[in-house]
Amino acid sequence: MASRSTEAGQGLRMIAPPLLYAVLMLAIPLLTILTFSFINDGYQTVIWEFTLENYAEVWADPIFRALMLRSLGVAVLVTLATVVLAFPVAYFLSFVVPPRRKAMWIFLITIPFWTSYLIRVFLWKVILGYNGVINSGLKSLGLIEQPLSFLLYNTGSIVVTLAHAYAPFAILPIYVALERIDRSLLEAGRDLGESRLMTFWRVTLPLAMPGVLAAVLIVFIPTMGDYVTPTLIGGGKIPMVANLIQKQMLAVDNKPLGSAIAVTAMVIVTLLAGLFLLLNRRFLRVRT
Amino acid sequence: MTARNPSPAPVPKSGPARDEQGRPTPIGSRRAMIECRDVHKYYGDYHALRGIDLTIREAEFFSLLGPSGCGKTTLLRTIAGFEDISSGVVLIDGRDMAKVPANARPTNMVFQSYAIFPHLTVAQNVAFGLRRDPRSRAEKAAAVDEALAMVGLKGYGARAAHALSGGQRQRVALARALILKPKVLLLDEPLSALDRKMREQMQVELIKLQRQVGITFVLVTHDQEEALVMSDRIAVMFEGEIAQLSYPEELYSRPVSRRVADFIGMMNFMPVRILGETDAGVRVEVPGFGEFDIPAANVSRADPGDPGPSVGFRPEAVTILYRDAPAPHRETPGIIEEVVYYGDMTYYDVRLDGAERPVRISMRNVFGRDIQDLGTRTRVSWSPGSLILFR
Amino acid sequence: MNGGAQGRGLRAYALLYLLFLYAPILLLPVFAFNSGTVVAFPLNSFTTEWFGQLWGNATLRRALFNSLTIAFSAAALATLLGMFAARASTRYRFAGKGTALGLIMLPLVLPEIIVGVSLLVVLLAVGIELSILTVIIGHTLICTPYAVAILTTAFASLDQSLEEAAQDLGESRWNAFRLVILPLVMPGILSSMLMSFTISLDEFIIAFFLAGSEPTLPTYIFSQLRFPKSIPMIMALGTVLVATSILLLALAEYFRRRGAARTGQTNSGGFL
Repeated sequence: MASRSTEAGQGLRMIAPPLLYAVLMLAIPLLTILTFSFINDGYQTVIWEFTLENYAEVWADPIFRALMLRSLGVAVLVTLATVVLAFPVAYFLSFVVPPRRKAMWIFLITIPFWTSYLIRVFLWKVILGYNGVINSGLKSLGLIEQPLSFLLYNTGSIVVTLAHAYAPFAILPIYVALERIDRSLLEAGRDLGESRLMTFWRVTLPLAMPGVLAAVLIVFIPTMGDYVTPTLIGGGKIPMVANLIQKQMLAVDNKPLGSAIAVTAMVIVTLLAGLFLLLNRRFLRVRT
Repeated sequence: MTARNPSPAPVPKSGPARDEQGRPTPIGSRRAMIECRDVHKYYGDYHALRGIDLTIREAEFFSLLGPSGCGKTTLLRTIAGFEDISSGVVLIDGRDMAKVPANARPTNMVFQSYAIFPHLTVAQNVAFGLRRDPRSRAEKAAAVDEALAMVGLKGYGARAAHALSGGQRQRVALARALILKPKVLLLDEPLSALDRKMREQMQVELIKLQRQVGITFVLVTHDQEEALVMSDRIAVMFEGEIAQLSYPEELYSRPVSRRVADFIGMMNFMPVRILGETDAGVRVEVPGFGEFDIPAANVSRADPGDPGPSVGFRPEAVTILYRDAPAPHRETPGIIEEVVYYGDMTYYDVRLDGAERPVRISMRNVFGRDIQDLGTRTRVSWSPGSLILFR
Repeated sequence: MNGGAQGRGLRAYALLYLLFLYAPILLLPVFAFNSGTVVAFPLNSFTTEWFGQLWGNATLRRALFNSLTIAFSAAALATLLGMFAARASTRYRFAGKGTALGLIMLPLVLPEIIVGVSLLVVLLAVGIELSILTVIIGHTLICTPYAVAILTTAFASLDQSLEEAAQDLGESRWNAFRLVILPLVMPGILSSMLMSFTISLDEFIIAFFLAGSEPTLPTYIFSQLRFPKSIPMIMALGTVLVATSILLLALAEYFRRRGAARTGQTNSGGFL
């Protein structure tokens, strides 16, 4: 509508409201906890003095290290399970389902996602619990006499629950990436003498990688920070980082230490995500 | 059927740009409708328009012609008011447009994509600009019907706009713009989205429509044939500048530079050695044609990027002589190296004796004229007056 | 291009996967109508007692009212902010656009607990009392990226000449937007509202941090899950929620298709 300088001005004015909101409600709070993490905690107040003590404490704390490692482990397992289980479904959606049925399948897959997260998580407790669906089912079939107690309150049950919760987040980006693949490329691969499997390996999978990478990040990051599942499914016995942050911030009310934990966790997640993208950058350059 | 065969529009007997007897007045004597004076437009460091000077006159069908990126669309959009100019003056009907926004200018536009509002019906699209018109609902509806009839879409008013074909969208866009009775209608590559047959049909209809409504049309196109067919005058643009502004026939026969000649139609270029000036023009030597004088009127400019001076001629400006036909002008022997048959025309690539590369010559396939075989020795008739020197 | 056997194998797998996805939800009505006070097999007799409990529960009503207030406000705010961002992103070029959009979209890749904690610290430091207002602030933040994503698609699919055509036909900038752009992006606006509404309605951790003493639906459910005797009622509540969301989604899909048919767009994809 106008020369470039005024176009830039109009653009800036247009983006100002959401940007201002993000700065006030996100950037400033993030900077605040970053600042908090470098100051001392006095009882119910804070002492304005630069210190690295919080970080020293965080890293020296064996509980923090254990929880961080557990969170990472759980997140990696959940991500792996979710993405590996989701890929064939996305492939099925993209290559097998006829176009006019696709919307219905996507609808079916996303419906569970629209229902209460808390209740979905809790229902896994019902399924895996001591008197749960699996145990009572097996008992009524006469396969077991005593309920299996190893089903619940362990890392495995947390992984199953989270893999279930994030399933649509993994399926949809992979599906979108697969949909974008020009079908003639696959025919070209076959035409050039590759077997079906090799065509998949050399053409389909590399082209679907942007979707897979997106799925990995979309699942990994929120899983790292999940609070509900360890509390409900882990029965509080298998806390993860989020539970630790919550405890320091609310129960213990040591905001600087809580901030230091939050910042450390965030930095680790960011570094891992960055490293992961760096290692896979060749797949992202394929298309612009 | 109404869409396919609009009834021929009655040509108004008098009005703007016509004299008392209803004859069109010469373009040059008409009132100026759009005037651009030293118009510059920068996008950051990019200099999109470099000093445009032009006058488009009342009831004129004017074309801005050039390759993509030459600034023709930018110029059209500055006239419409969608782009501010960096410096210079744009006047429409004598009024400075500097502070006038697009919605207040006496221009309307037909967009390349037609920009038909997909959520409205055909009639709602056409009536879009009448929202603040004080006329009654019935009067407006009548105006819409009239506008639709004018573009051959009578009875289409209730249709959903998204269900129309490309050609119908184009007509709706025209009706929507013309209903507001603008002083100038701007058309941004309006035919580029149509197939060839539809495009040729719409060219004719647009010309008729322009004569019927008697307002200035400014057409942007990259299609030289389209510009030649439709326009009263054409401005050929390269890199933000007007290279030549002229009547179609002059543009074709007297291009001011090799680049314009190359862009408009097909032209053969041959290297030339300039021997000197004579009373008759410029003495040159062309391999294949020999030594001769080119009339002074046929001397044009070489462009900075050209390999050197050259002579050029259109494929139809020389002819192949059949059998023993006597040459009307000069003749040069050669050999036919390629034959391309086009139905109504045949193109021959003929290498003249002594020339390095063949030249393309077109011959109309009139009754009784055989197609010449590949490899045939032949004679080519030409005259110095049909050659243009670029120096 | 797929062998029939391969296609069948994939279909069987996909159906199994659907069963995995739906298993917990299918259990909901089973226990919601089961008269046993313990959520376990074997089942007792049929009852609607738990639904009756829902009806008479004042705290639940308050939580529901709060959640609806929060979700509606957050959806409206996020969609409004999203429209600004989406329009800036699709219509204008300017320095710093990438960075600005990056910050706006950041909550998408930030664990929600971080958003909740950092907001909590600032709100307390500034002295703002925790209430449903503070939850609205937090939810608007996490819903905005989704709104931006949905609306950017909606705005990007518009031909830019449409707006210019409206101006060319004499309308002001605002009227061109109101008469042409707004009706055309309305399906996107509704999708964005629906998506944001659902996210907010279901969001637990930020509400847990920022709601103070006010209950929201998720924090209420969370608090009740600790008490075994409340579980059957929660199952009933879950059943109602699932039924409502399926109904809402079906309605939304119906309107989306109708809208798509009206403007002649191809009918594919869904809300995500």
